Amino acid sequence: MHGGGNTSPSFSSFSSSSSSAADRRLNALVRHLEGSSLNGSRSIAASPTSGSHGAPNSVFDHLVRAPEDPILGVTVAYNKDPSPVKLNLGVGAYRTEEGKPLVLNVVRRAEQMLVNDSSRVKEYLPIVGLSDFNKLSAKLILGADSPAIQENRVSTVQCLSGTGSLRVGAEFLARHYHQHTIYIPQPTWGNHPKVFGLAGLSVKTYRYYDPATRGLNFQGLLEDLGSAPSGAIVLLHACAHNPTGVDPTIHQWEQIRQLIRSKALLPFFDSAYQGFASGNLDADAESVRMFAKDGGECLVAQSYAKNMGLYGERVGALSIVCRSADVASRVESQLKLVIRPMYSNPPIHGASIVATILKDRSMYQEWTIELKAMAERIISMRQQLFDALRSRGTPGDWSHIIKQIGMFTFTGLNSKQVAFMTKEYHIYMTSDGRISMAGLSSRTVPHLADAIHAAVTRVA
Amino acid sequence: MAPPDPILGVSEAFRADTHEMKLNLGVGAYRTEDLQPYVLNVVKKAENLMLERGENKEYLPIEGLAAFNKVTAELLLGAQNDVIQQQRVATVQGLSGTGSLRLAAALIERYFSGSKVLISSPTWGNHKNIFNDARVPWSEYRYYDPRTVGLDFHGMISDIKAAPEGSFVLLHGCAHNPTGIDPTPEQWESIADVIQEKNHIPFFDVAYQGFASGSLDTDASSVRLFAARGMEFLVAQSYSKNLGLYAERIGAINVVCSSSDIAKRVKSQLKRLARPMYSNPPIHGARIVANVVGNPELFNDWKEEMELMAGRIKSVRKKLYDSLSAKDNSGKDWSFVLKQIGMFSFTGLNDAQSENMTNKWHVYMTKDGRISLAGLSSAKCEYLADAIIDSYYNIS
Repeated sequence: MHGGGNTSPSFSSFSSSSSSAADRRLNALVRHLEGSSLNGSRSIAASPTSGSHGAPNSVFDHLVRAPEDPILGVTVAYNKDPSPVKLNLGVGAYRTEEGKPLVLNVVRRAEQMLVNDSSRVKEYLPIVGLSDFNKLSAKLILGADSPAIQENRVSTVQCLSGTGSLRVGAEFLARHYHQHTIYIPQPTWGNHPKVFGLAGLSVKTYRYYDPATRGLNFQGLLEDLGSAPSGAIVLLHACAHNPTGVDPTIHQWEQIRQLIRSKALLPFFDSAYQGFASGNLDADAESVRMFAKDGGECLVAQSYAKNMGLYGERVGALSIVCRSADVASRVESQLKLVIRPMYSNPPIHGASIVATILKDRSMYQEWTIELKAMAERIISMRQQLFDALRSRGTPGDWSHIIKQIGMFTFTGLNSKQVAFMTKEYHIYMTSDGRISMAGLSSRTVPHLADAIHAAVTRVA
Repeated sequence: MAPPDPILGVSEAFRADTHEMKLNLGVGAYRTEDLQPYVLNVVKKAENLMLERGENKEYLPIEGLAAFNKVTAELLLGAQNDVIQQQRVATVQGLSGTGSLRLAAALIERYFSGSKVLISSPTWGNHKNIFNDARVPWSEYRYYDPRTVGLDFHGMISDIKAAPEGSFVLLHGCAHNPTGIDPTPEQWESIADVIQEKNHIPFFDVAYQGFASGSLDTDASSVRLFAARGMEFLVAQSYSKNLGLYAERIGAINVVCSSSDIAKRVKSQLKRLARPMYSNPPIHGARIVANVVGNPELFNDWKEEMELMAGRIKSVRKKLYDSLSAKDNSGKDWSFVLKQIGMFSFTGLNDAQSENMTNKWHVYMTKDGRISLAGLSSAKCEYLADAIIDSYYNIS
């Protein structure tokens, strides 16, 4: 496979006899990349099908193989493992007690109604999406009695789940907002910095997680937001912080709100777990509503991936709470200009399912019951894991497992311990020590507890 | 306050109009003879099958549904094509045509910094917006000749030749939007010649495969011509029109490369651009396409329905042409209505004339003179002919 017959992968010495432009480019790229772990990095060496070795030159030759996404890559690795005891605690997708994906009953019903309705068509949605869906989504997050909604001060556009809502919001801010810096919590969801960076915002962090207490570094948070330039954008996780599961208390939220408003910082909420965190839709929206009703402006990205189990349908919404109805209307017209050159208009299927459920009282009720059941199963997994570690006498304080909120637990395990757990116990999780509780069952908790116990006692 | 979208805004205005003779020839969405939206029977069958199977709603991989990616590349290039057999195409599911074009634009911005995209004059209005937002420079090549209401072939070849080496050339695979004017097969060969000569990179927008002539293979012949020459190129596909899946947002970006290894690398980089845009694409439309194209019975049903849709459009073209020729005594040659291909016709009407169409006749169309024949019924051809003749001759 190597052109020069080398016995060791010393890339800088291959093809010393040839000095084609393609080879020089390859050499330069490989020098940049040596030391980083790339999937298929051997494919960068001159293969028989590339450039100077016989096949036509490619205009794409300078593209290297990108590594797998760190979060989604966990599932890729899990799928490759043949072990019968393997456990996928990587992606935040809910699993039943039997370890299976779940489509909510109420979602199946709604979908049946839609597919059987012969009057339905597949015409393009407006650029801003399905109107009913938008109104109902705004009410869901802001509250039906929200003054901002009643005063027509909220512009809501349907987007592609949480990611799409964040991206459209960020592009809009990069174009129309005077401050192009966004502060994100340390740590945060791995995709956040990329979404904001590509949208044209500059990304800074504020302290959030305290490894010593495995809780919130509230002082650090206040200091860092306190020293942010006036007007800067601040990303806030509405509830069930990803990846730590550590949320501010209501009292702390109020202090955060006062600080943000006193410095005219612009809050941008990421709400991906409404109803999933505590089991109660209103409780999980309290942080957002606190800001929305103080008369100030804010952005909210909503996702229905988890709370309605609509992951692959890509359903979400971006709401911008503005000072006046006139501003909201102008904002909406500008959001359309961001969306049209990105994908023209959003997909209809998932949004129709959501609208069907939210507007029907009995379906809405059914949804809240199924949602609560999912949240409660996760809470019970937390308790079971905590109990299992305690009964094993695993060293350390594991109470953070039951204190943290939402789908994820930030175990506090380091990357060496994580690698050990993957190798010896076939536990798949992200290297930052985050585990998805949604991927656990009563049956598999003992295996995970054994793995954690071994990691903590045998690996530094 | 941003102005309404020049194309999608037309439908909004149409909806607000209460006149009984109003006609919406704005957006390119197919209508039946009764001017109703149309959901293909084969799509309904596929959706029912999907519902019966009770599939889950888990995240797709970033690159989309594997079964969809496979069939879409095969549909475009032909399952037996060398490109497919040698695995030289990188296919990533995208958000219909727009989303697929945008992913490609993002790839160009990142890896071909400074390279221009050459777009036809005129072209679909949103092309410029896509490249502007992706920060990819563009310039135009001559395309439409208003004197002949046909292709300015020499202008097109000159402008492509004059562009800096290694430019991307945006080509409409078939049924050019908005003009309906397509190069002949011989002209396509010459276009490929000049592109190869200048080491340009062809970039096809294929939004009407099957819809233009009624035949999926015929409508892909321009793309396959380039593939047969061993060229590398990009193709953005859309299933909005040919499968009537407008609102499901289903399409794909395909990058044909000189080796399978390079195709893998290109695919991985496309994924890296999709992840911070929307993470992974929507499943519903992808499953419908995979079911229809992957099932021989449904695939045949689809081909029949597509011929019906393309056939209806050809027949209203004929009726409109007949009406115009009968009513216009000046001897003007209206045959371009018959020669143009696909959903749209470039009437040759200017801004003011198009406005007259709307204000006086309640015929909604885009200001560039484009009408969507998909929105025309044979019953309204005479009325439309009157409107066109009045606007053409009485407004300047």
